[in-house]
Amino acid sequence: MLKLSNLNVCYGAIHAIHDVSLEVKDGEIVSLIGANGAGKTTILRSITGLHQAKSGSVEYNGQDLLKTLPSRIVTLGVAHVPEGRHVFPTMTVEENLEMGAYMGKDRERIKESIKEIFQRFPRLEERKKQLAGTLSGGEQQMLAVGRALMSRPGILLMDEPSMGLSPILIREIFDIIKEVHKQGITVLLVEQNAKMALSIADRAYVLETGRIVMTGTGRELLNNADVKKAYLGA
Amino acid sequence: MALSLFLQSLVNGLNQGAIYALIALGYTMVYGIIRMINFAHGDFIMVGSYTLFYTVPLMINAGMPAFLAVFAAIAVCVAVGVAVEVIAYRPVRNAGSMSALITALAMSVFLENLAMVLFGASPKSIATIFTLPTFQFLGATLQLKYLLTLGIGIAMMIALQLFVKKTRLGKAMRAVPQDKEASVLVGIHVNKIITITFAIGSGLAAVAALMYCATYPRATMDMGSMMGLKAFIAAVLGGIGIIPGAMLGGLVVGLIEIFVKVYIAPGWYEAITYGILIVVLLVKPAGILGKNVGEKV
Repeated sequence: MLKLSNLNVCYGAIHAIHDVSLEVKDGEIVSLIGANGAGKTTILRSITGLHQAKSGSVEYNGQDLLKTLPSRIVTLGVAHVPEGRHVFPTMTVEENLEMGAYMGKDRERIKESIKEIFQRFPRLEERKKQLAGTLSGGEQQMLAVGRALMSRPGILLMDEPSMGLSPILIREIFDIIKEVHKQGITVLLVEQNAKMALSIADRAYVLETGRIVMTGTGRELLNNADVKKAYLGA
Repeated sequence: MALSLFLQSLVNGLNQGAIYALIALGYTMVYGIIRMINFAHGDFIMVGSYTLFYTVPLMINAGMPAFLAVFAAIAVCVAVGVAVEVIAYRPVRNAGSMSALITALAMSVFLENLAMVLFGASPKSIATIFTLPTFQFLGATLQLKYLLTLGIGIAMMIALQLFVKKTRLGKAMRAVPQDKEASVLVGIHVNKIITITFAIGSGLAAVAALMYCATYPRATMDMGSMMGLKAFIAAVLGGIGIIPGAMLGGLVVGLIEIFVKVYIAPGWYEAITYGILIVVLLVKPAGILGKNVGEKV
């Protein structure tokens, strides 16, 4: 279980995240929605230590992630699919997946994981010797998800997986998230595409200029008049 | 006569070039990982040479082969290289490439002056390291140790290339410059990888020092800056960041140097080397083996 308590994050003099507390229980899909610049990405980056938080705590299964060396966090079972995919461009698809299991010791298990990823994403298998930088946006997103799954995480943090993708691909990516979730992986999803994010979420939080302003089940928020007006364009 | 002179120059040039190549490999390794030119790298050769000055006699007195002193040189160079990285370079890592460059130049000046304080300004003669046979071939004198230098250079290049392509650590070294944040997210301890890179580069400098001292048995405080500069040119010429490029560039620079000295005029070799560098960079800015890809941010 992931629990953020009174998280505060600053960029220089700018106080970007104000006392954010949120919780993701085992087996849930939790969405974090909000406008561009609300601080959604910053929250994810603070969880995995890419950006240092100012105060508060981030606990995952009893471990304080803010006090954990960022490169160790993946070994605790937290995998982060960053905004903009961040695949290794001049490595092949296969090498990218191998890097996802960088902390794994068991070579057989790594091979097995790669096989599983290829089953889930046949298109990655077709392109396994291709450099990741030459893939299309959708393929890179799949690779980024595949790489994160290689560490066999307990929780997957997904940052704007729909960004820059066509409606068909967005649907495909959300189907993948649902499928991953069905296999027992908890998901914290950050999205601008509020409608999609709310419709697959068990629960959701709405973030506005660095503060949580609303929370509820995905269905509640989908039907909430304020949310509809601000984020669903209705 | 003409053939023997040509052969002799070829052998001498390859020997000189292999030494440059060993140094250039160190430049290229560090550049490949953190996109930084470690201008103090040449001075690691000087550190290795002074270590050899003290340890070669120890080996000889102990009745052991003199070249085993290279392990002491490797240990000292790795220690100095890692110390330079951790103490001087790491604190300025996020301050931009200009700060890193100036820090590296300062480190070079510091190491040379430290050597002058510790060992004095006069050159130190290093005892004979290899007693290998020489033989005549078509009128040219072939020294077996020259062949050894070339062999070691090529072996190091192949070993490094395999290491970077195949091993887990090598893959991490390739991952870090491609995407630092993604590297952290998959569990790579970026600072550790950078330190290991410096350790490998400095160890290579110690091997280069051994082969240099086998040919020119002298240690001076400023030996590293000139050699470092030539090796840097070699790395750029071959394509900086590319391991076989460093080897090729080293050999090209070594061969140009010797052939110009023999066939044109001794005083002209530097002008011609730099001239060729300029021409290559005009035609192919990424170097001979470099791929022309725009730097992605």
